[in-house]
Amino acid sequence: MPADGGIGAPTKRREDLRFLKGTGRYTDDLNRPGQAYVFFLRSNVAHGRINGIDTGAAAGMPGVVRIFTGADFEGVGGMPCGWQVTDKHGEPMQEPGHPILAQGKVRHVGDPIAAVVADTLDQARDAAEAIEVDIEDLPAVIDMKKAIEDGAPKVHDDLSSNLCYDWGFVEENKVAVEQAFKDAAHVTTLELVNNRLVANPMEPRVAIGDYDQAGDNSTLYTTSQNPHVIRLLMGAFVLGIPEHKLRVVAPDVGGGFGTKIFHYAEEAFCTFAAKALNRPVKWTSSRSEAFMSDAHGRDHVTKIELALDGDNNFTALRTETYANMGAYLSTFAPSVPTWLHGTLMAGNYKTPLIYVNVKAVFTNTVPVDAYRGAGRPEATYQLERVIDKAARELGVDPIALRRQNFVTEFPYATPVAVEYDTGDYVATMDKLEEMIDLAGFDKRAEESKKRGKLRGVGVNCYIEACGIAPSHLVGQLGARAGLYESATVRVNATGGLVVMTGSHSHGQGHETSFPQVVAEMIGIDASMVEIVHGDTANTPMGMGTYGSRSLAVGGSAMVRATEKIIAKAKKIAAHLLEAAEGDIELKDGQFSVAGTDKSVAWGDVTLAAYVPHNYPLEDIEPGLEETAFYDPNNFTYPAGAYACEVEVDPETGKVTIESFAAADDFGNVVNPMIVEGQVHGGLAQGIGQALLEGCVYDEDGQLLTGSYMDYAMPRAGDVPSFAVDHSCQTPCTHNPLGVKGCGEAGAIGSPPAVVNAVVDALQRAGKDVTHIDMPLSPSRVWAAMNQ
Amino acid sequence: MYAFELERPTSLADAVNALKSEEAQALGGGQTLIPTLKQRLAMPETLVSLTAIDELKGIRREGDTLIIGGATCHADVAAEGSYPALSDLAGLIGDPHVRNRGTIGGSLANNDPSACYPAAALASGATIVTNEREIAADDYFVGLFETALNEGEIITAVKMPIPQAAAYVKFEQPASRFALVGVFVVKTANGVRVAVTGASEGGVFRWSEAESALSSNFAADALEGLKVPSDGMIGDIHGSPEYRAHLVGVLTKRAVTKAG
Ligand SMILES: Cc1cc2nc3c(=O)[nH]c(=O)nc-3n(C[C@H](O)[C@H](O)[C@H](O)COP(=O)(O)OP(=O)(O)OC[C@H]3O[C@@H](n4cnc5c(N)ncnc54)[C@H](O)[C@@H]3O)c2cc1C
Repeated sequence: MPADGGIGAPTKRREDLRFLKGTGRYTDDLNRPGQAYVFFLRSNVAHGRINGIDTGAAAGMPGVVRIFTGADFEGVGGMPCGWQVTDKHGEPMQEPGHPILAQGKVRHVGDPIAAVVADTLDQARDAAEAIEVDIEDLPAVIDMKKAIEDGAPKVHDDLSSNLCYDWGFVEENKVAVEQAFKDAAHVTTLELVNNRLVANPMEPRVAIGDYDQAGDNSTLYTTSQNPHVIRLLMGAFVLGIPEHKLRVVAPDVGGGFGTKIFHYAEEAFCTFAAKALNRPVKWTSSRSEAFMSDAHGRDHVTKIELALDGDNNFTALRTETYANMGAYLSTFAPSVPTWLHGTLMAGNYKTPLIYVNVKAVFTNTVPVDAYRGAGRPEATYQLERVIDKAARELGVDPIALRRQNFVTEFPYATPVAVEYDTGDYVATMDKLEEMIDLAGFDKRAEESKKRGKLRGVGVNCYIEACGIAPSHLVGQLGARAGLYESATVRVNATGGLVVMTGSHSHGQGHETSFPQVVAEMIGIDASMVEIVHGDTANTPMGMGTYGSRSLAVGGSAMVRATEKIIAKAKKIAAHLLEAAEGDIELKDGQFSVAGTDKSVAWGDVTLAAYVPHNYPLEDIEPGLEETAFYDPNNFTYPAGAYACEVEVDPETGKVTIESFAAADDFGNVVNPMIVEGQVHGGLAQGIGQALLEGCVYDEDGQLLTGSYMDYAMPRAGDVPSFAVDHSCQTPCTHNPLGVKGCGEAGAIGSPPAVVNAVVDALQRAGKDVTHIDMPLSPSRVWAAMNQ
Repeated sequence: MYAFELERPTSLADAVNALKSEEAQALGGGQTLIPTLKQRLAMPETLVSLTAIDELKGIRREGDTLIIGGATCHADVAAEGSYPALSDLAGLIGDPHVRNRGTIGGSLANNDPSACYPAAALASGATIVTNEREIAADDYFVGLFETALNEGEIITAVKMPIPQAAAYVKFEQPASRFALVGVFVVKTANGVRVAVTGASEGGVFRWSEAESALSSNFAADALEGLKVPSDGMIGDIHGSPEYRAHLVGVLTKRAVTKAG
C-alpha cells in the first residue's frame, strides 16, 4: 500500500484543510469584474393570474440596469424535464411548460415573476418593491387527493387535469397480485405519509452568468452537483447555446443532497441576462428564498398492503401512492416515485408478486424532486413499516419474520424489474444483532421506566439500487440522458498525475478517496495524484454525482483510464528494459522484468513518454494521457440492517434516540473513514426526517415552514453516537472496484427503525398505537397516545 | 435590509436624546431586530445601540435583589449564579452567539410570546426600571409583543428579588428552540408565583390556581387535578392548544420538583 494511503486506508480528507480554514472557494466567493446583481420578485400567493406587471417606476430607480419579466422570455425555451414516464395505459405523462419567469400565471409561493438587475443587490431589492403586480388570486390545490378530484382548480390550464401520470408496475402482475391477496392467510394494511422535506444544504444556491463578447462565449458559475448536465440542458433546451460555446463551472459546493442536481430557472436567467446586458450577473439565494425555490423532497402518501400465507411467507405486496410533483416538473422529478421507488419494493425479501401504483400530482407547491435516497427511502419506509406491523399482528418476532423472507440466493431477479447481483442479508442482520445486545433490552427498559420513560427498539432492513447508471436500462425507463461516467488521467513528465473526473464532489471527499485508488494501482504515493472536477472546460463529459454513483461509476471510469495508462507505460518500460511487454510487471511504482532484477521506475517511464529520445515511436505515440468512459451493466445494491432504541417521555411525547446501530454491506471499501462519515450524515438526515423535519403548507398554499424558526433541522444533540459497521462485504460483481456506494444508505435505512422503535415503546406500554406519521414530534406522539 | 444610521452613545442621556427622533429605534443585541431588518419588515432611520453604555451593563446584588443592567447579555446572566433559576434560564436561550449578544432589556422590550425572560420577570415579581420610571412586572406585560413601554423608553435595569426557591422548565419548540411552553415557579415568604410563557395567545401569564394550590403545599402533588383550559392557548404546527395546555400542567409539576 502507498505510504500515505491506498485502497482501504482511513486517509484524512485533504480537502478539509481548506474547508475548515475558510479557504474553500465557493460560488459566492467568486466575483466577476463589473458584475451586476439580480433580485427575483417572487409570488407571495400560491396560485394567481397575472393581469399586469408595471415596472415603470422601478425601472427609473437608482442603479437599476434592467428589469426582466416573463415577456422577455417568449421564444426562449422553458425549463426542461429530463425523464419521461409512460403511464399504465402506455401514454406519456402530462408535461407542462415551465417558463424561466412566470408567464400568465403564478403557480406556487416563490414562483419568480420579475428579475431586477441592478448595480447592487440592495438597489435591485428596492426596485423590486416598486414593481406593481396585479395578480388575481385563484383557488390553490395543495392536497394531492383533492387536486385530482373532478372540477379541482387546475395548476396548468392547458393540461387535462392535475394528474401527471398514473403508473402501474408491473402492470402484467396486477391480476396475479389481486388473486394472491384473495388467497392470503393474512393481510396487513398501512396508510402512511412520507413527509415533504427541504434539503437545506449549508451553502444556498448561487449563480453567476458571464459573457465574453469577443469570443461569443458564455460561462455559468453555479452550485451544481453536475455541471455537464446543466450545460447540456441549459444550452440545448433553454437558451440554445451550443455546448462548445458554453462553460459551466461548479467549484467548491457546500452540500447538495440532490437539490443541486437540477437545472434551475435562476441559472438560465443569469446566463441569459449576462449576454443580453453584456455584463456579469450574480444571484445568491437567501435562506428564505431557498425554502421556496430549491426543489423539495419526498412527499408521498401511500397505502401499502402485504399478503402472507399461513406460514408467514410474504406472498404479495400492493401499494397505491400519491406523489407530489409540485407546480412544475423539476429535472428528474417523474423518475423518483417510479423507477427509483417501484423497482425497490421487493426490498430484501423474496416476495414473488408485487404491484405498485403511483399517481403523480401537480399542486400549487414548490416542485419536488430527488433528495438523498430519492424514491428508495419512500420504498424502504413503507415496506419496513408494514412488515413491522404484520409481525405485531401475527405475534411473531419482527426480526425472525424478516429473516424468514430474506432473499438468500444471488443473483436474484425481483418481480419489479431489477436483478440483485450480490448480497448477504443474513450476515448484516447477524452483525446487527451482535452490535445491539437485544438480550439486554429488558434491563435497559426497566432502567428507563425508573426514570419515567418508555423504551422501545425498532429494527429494519434496506436495500437500494444505486451507482445510478446503465444507460441502456435507464433509457428504456424514460431517461432522456445517458448515465455513464468519465475520467481523463493526465500523467506529467515528472510522474505526478491529474485525474479529471466527470463526478463532482460536494462533501463526499473525492479529492482524497479517488487518489487512493490510482495510487494503489500504480504503487505511488496518493499525494502524487490530484483530482480536478467541476468545470466543463477541463473535464470530460460526465453526468455528475448523485445516487451514490461516484466511486461505483466515476471511480470505475478512472480505473479504466488508469489501466490504459499502465498498459501504455508497460510498453514504454518494455522498450527501456529491452524486454517483452508481456514480461513487464508493475509493483510499488517499479516496472520490472519478471524473473530478473532489471527494473525501471515509474518516473523514468513517464519522463520517457514526454522526452522520447529512446522510445518506441513506431509503435506508440509520445505522451501519457488516457480517457475512459464507463457504463456499467447494472445498478449496485448496497444493503443493510439498522436498529434504533428510543425513549419516549409519556407526559410530553418527546422522543430521544438512545442508540442507533447500522450494519451495512457496501461491497469493497476504499476509505472506511469517509464511508463512516457518509453513513453518519445519512443517519442524521434520516433521523431528522423521522423526528424533526417536515415542510408544511396551509390550505391556501402559504409555506408555514419558511425558515428555521419552524422547519426543524436535526442538530448534533438530536443524534446519539452511532455504532456503524461495514465489515459484511459482498463485492459488486460488475464493476472493477467491487464497490457499491454508501452515500444514501443512512438516509434510506434509518426512518423506519426510528418509527418502529417509537411504536414499539408505546405498544409495550399498552398503548393501542400502530402508526404515527413522521415527523414524530412531541405533539404528534402525545396526540397519538391520547387519542 | 434598508440603509440606516448607527449611533453608539456611551451614556444613557445621549441614548435617550438620540431616541427622541420618531424614526430612531433602540438596538440591544440585535438578535431579534437585525433578522427583522434583514427581512425588511422594519425601516428605522437610526439605530441607537445600547451596548456601549457601561451604566446599562452588569449585574449587582443589593440585599436580596439582583439588579441587572438592561444591556446585559444572556451569557453574563447565565454565568452570574446568585439567582440559580435565572442563570439556568439564561443559559438555555439560543446558542452561544445569541447568548453573547442578546440582552435582557431587548428580550423584555420585545416580549415575544415564546421568550423565556418574561416568565422569569413575571414569576419573580421583578421591577422593570426605565429611564422614565419603575414598572412592576404585573403591569408591564400587555400582550403579544406588547408592553407598557412608551415610544423611546429604555429599559435601564431589571430588579429581580431572589426567592427562597425557584426553577424554570422549558420545553423547546423543535425548530426554533424557543419555549413551546416554559414555566417559571418562584417560592417566597409571601407565597408562590407561577408564570407561563409560550402557551397563551395573550403572552406570558400567571397561573393563579396553581399559585394558590402551591402556596399551601409546595409540592408537585398539590397540582394533581389542576388544568389550564385550552381556550386561548396557541395552536400551530408544533402543538395544538390542548397539547400546550397539557404541557403547562406537566412542566409546572416538574418545575416545582426541580425547585425542591
Ligand atoms: C437563534 C436564536 C435563538 C433564540 N432563542 C431564544 C430562546 O430560546 N429564548 C428566548 O427567550 N429568546 C431567544 N432568542 C431571542 C434572544 O433572546 C434575543 O436576544 C432577545 O429576544 C432580544 O434581545 P436583543 O438584545 O437581541 O434585542 P434587539 O434584537 O436588539 O431588540 C429587540 C427589540 O427590543 C428593543 N430594545 C432592545 N433593547 C432595549 C432596551 N434596553 N430598552 C428598550 N427597548 C429595547 C429594540 O428596539 C427592538 O424593538 C433567540 C434568538 C435567536 C436569534
